[in-house]
Amino acid sequence: MKRAYPILAVLTVALLGYSLYEALVVAPTDRLQGDVYRIIYYHVPSAWTMFTFFAINFVASVIYLIRRNLKADAVAVAAAELGVVFNTVVLVTGPLWARPVWGIWWTWDIRLTSTLVLWLIYVSYLLLRRFSSGGQMPLLAATLAVFGALDMPLVYFSIWFFRTQHPQPVVGGGGSIDPRMLHIWLLNWFAFECFGLLVFWSRYRLEIMRREVEETRELESLLETRSPR
Amino acid sequence: MSYLYAAYIATWLIHLGYIGTLVLRHIRLRREIQELK
Repeated sequence: MKRAYPILAVLTVALLGYSLYEALVVAPTDRLQGDVYRIIYYHVPSAWTMFTFFAINFVASVIYLIRRNLKADAVAVAAAELGVVFNTVVLVTGPLWARPVWGIWWTWDIRLTSTLVLWLIYVSYLLLRRFSSGGQMPLLAATLAVFGALDMPLVYFSIWFFRTQHPQPVVGGGGSIDPRMLHIWLLNWFAFECFGLLVFWSRYRLEIMRREVEETRELESLLETRSPR
Repeated sequence: MSYLYAAYIATWLIHLGYIGTLVLRHIRLRREIQELK
């Protein structure tokens, strides 16, 4: 992975650049919304990528709870950070799209509110990891992650089961979309997934390195206290 | 159009900001490793 990383990074940047060009220049203009609809090419792929990382966090947390695997714990923290970053993008781009289309920045409907709650849950998760110490911390964090993940189906299915301001899905929900728009949408999703996975790998490596440094420091201080004076 | 550009710029500011924090954390960790050596 160490050798392949720069090549993958260059390919991902090229893919993101191409996807951006397709989204802003090639994609047809929407008849009703005009050009502002192009926010969809960043808003929805970011939401799907967010779900990917929160799902990784959930699976890694379950593995940690069952096997006490420290690598799974490192995967969980890296995935949670990436999930929060993509969730933030969703929460910022959503209102920027809502304002010209709905005439309001925000409304407390179930899709928007549950997405904000999801963000708050995982920010709490990261704060718990940041400010608590001791051997029980990964266990507490993993438990919080498992319960936090319960909000994900609520976010996803809220627009199917409840009457919301947020539109129904146009992919997989019975709606229709121009095939060119769908192609560019999926291209942007793929680009963001690749980008997210690259950053996730860097964050995971950083976490492993941090733990090694921490262990070495602890060992060093232990040796210092035991050495004869 | 300004909302569209604002959304795209905000997206990249968030991502680049996060990558920036990762770079800083990496530099700090490298310095700690050097100290330990």
